[in-house]
Amino acid sequence: MIKNPLYFLIFISVFAISGCGYNTIQANEEAVKAAWGDVEASYQRRNDLIPNLVEVVKGYAKHERETLTAVTEARAKVGSIQMSKTLLDDPKSFTQFQEAQGAMSSALSRLMVVVEKYPDLKANQNFRDLQHQLEGTENRINVARTRYNKAIETFNTSIRIFPNNITNKLLLQLKLKEPFKAEAEAEKAPQMKF
Amino acid sequence: MPRQIGHSIYAHSRPDKSGLRGILSLYLSYTDYLNIDKIKPLKILCPACILFFILLFPFSARALDVPKLQGHINDYANMISPSAKVELEKELNSFEQTDSTQIVILTIPSLEGEVLEEFSVKAAESWKIGQKGKDNGIIITVAKQEKKIRVEVGRGLEGVLTDLAAGRIVDLVIEPSFKRSDFDGGFIAGVHSLIDASRGEFTVDKNQLPQRKNGIHSFFTILIFGVIVLLSIGSISRIFGGVSGAIGLPAIIHLTLMPIGLISFIILSAAGLLAGLFLPKLFSSGGRYSSGGFLSGGGYYGSGSDFSGSGFGGFSGGGGSFGGGGASGGW
Repeated sequence: MIKNPLYFLIFISVFAISGCGYNTIQANEEAVKAAWGDVEASYQRRNDLIPNLVEVVKGYAKHERETLTAVTEARAKVGSIQMSKTLLDDPKSFTQFQEAQGAMSSALSRLMVVVEKYPDLKANQNFRDLQHQLEGTENRINVARTRYNKAIETFNTSIRIFPNNITNKLLLQLKLKEPFKAEAEAEKAPQMKF
Repeated sequence: MPRQIGHSIYAHSRPDKSGLRGILSLYLSYTDYLNIDKIKPLKILCPACILFFILLFPFSARALDVPKLQGHINDYANMISPSAKVELEKELNSFEQTDSTQIVILTIPSLEGEVLEEFSVKAAESWKIGQKGKDNGIIITVAKQEKKIRVEVGRGLEGVLTDLAAGRIVDLVIEPSFKRSDFDGGFIAGVHSLIDASRGEFTVDKNQLPQRKNGIHSFFTILIFGVIVLLSIGSISRIFGGVSGAIGLPAIIHLTLMPIGLISFIILSAAGLLAGLFLPKLFSSGGRYSSGGFLSGGGYYGSGSDFSGSGFGGFSGGGGSFGGGGASGGW
């Protein structure tokens, strides 16, 4: 059937390269990076919103200094963590990042509960606008995190299945990536209701 | 014969043979009636298939599924009156014609414990409202029992329709009408505001009109369908096959791809005639038109996920993507 052994060799090598999963792994890693970009952007968006929110709440709820300080501190802590690509490959700093963002979320939800006591503030159009933006941002964070986890799942599967695992061991040496875990407090934290 | 069947079913469905055994014996008497036992594998396979689907069902029904996309208005909770539906459909259609932006309404009776925001994103992901690359889709999701509204905004429209703008439309336009139980008014006013906010951001791309793309898709769909019909007619009579090929091929091309003139009609009908005469013969020599033709048709339907029923003048999403932008509210 095959007249020339050279053709056969080319055929086999092309098949081997496309069949070993090298390209799949590369494509999946890029997808993870792209999904991470979205996660980063939506967290950044939340961080940018916070000063305005704190400012508006301050005007109406002067007595809630503690809650407000907690939010500001959480923001500072998030800001101190270097957002970089190496974060993805280092489980330790990834956990750190996740913890800081989790603390931020719970501080914010505490603030939103406190706000319920101030009808004047809730009626303020400026505050309502901020609430919408914050709510939208939280939703974006959720969506981005879910999609990131999906991308991670695909990637992790692609480096673990045969024969991709051999390719990865010999050529790429990529590690399994860490997905976002549900925050322990998130289940207990009061939901933001507007 | 009929008396015998009646007797056997009656005998097996007596109360003492209740439960699975009763069902099984009923089934066996039914297969006896159909004479399926001539084909033994079928008799064994059928219960296996039924059992498989019974087992499959509870798992697929657990999460709240996104319903089928019917058009611009998907009123599964029966909130919109027929006249308002017609008006909205007309408006949204004409807006899509000029701006290519797709706005879709989805109402559901209940969320069944799911979070509206997550459900809405799920709908957005499966429907892919908005044009590909422009990402200009909007979905208004309403859960009737929970009294919740969400406006989901596609990535491409997040600039003009910020969360803030969407939130104000929900708060100030839709909500007040819904509070008065004026759902028609709320939807119409809301859609107007959304159209006003997003008008001019995108225009229809002349190079890739959605109709043309649909035309090619539907051409292949109808062609495959036509071939199957041709094969079955042709297997009955070669003359019938030839005639239907001669008429069918030009008709399909005329209706779906482009209008054709007299000369191309003659050429095409000659090609159709030849196809009608020889295609069935080709297939009949190798097992006739049996499973092969049908299976390949099925394969096409299965793989064409981006075509999603748009062929016959229906409505479908253009592949737009969503990033969770938009706003929620309640009444």
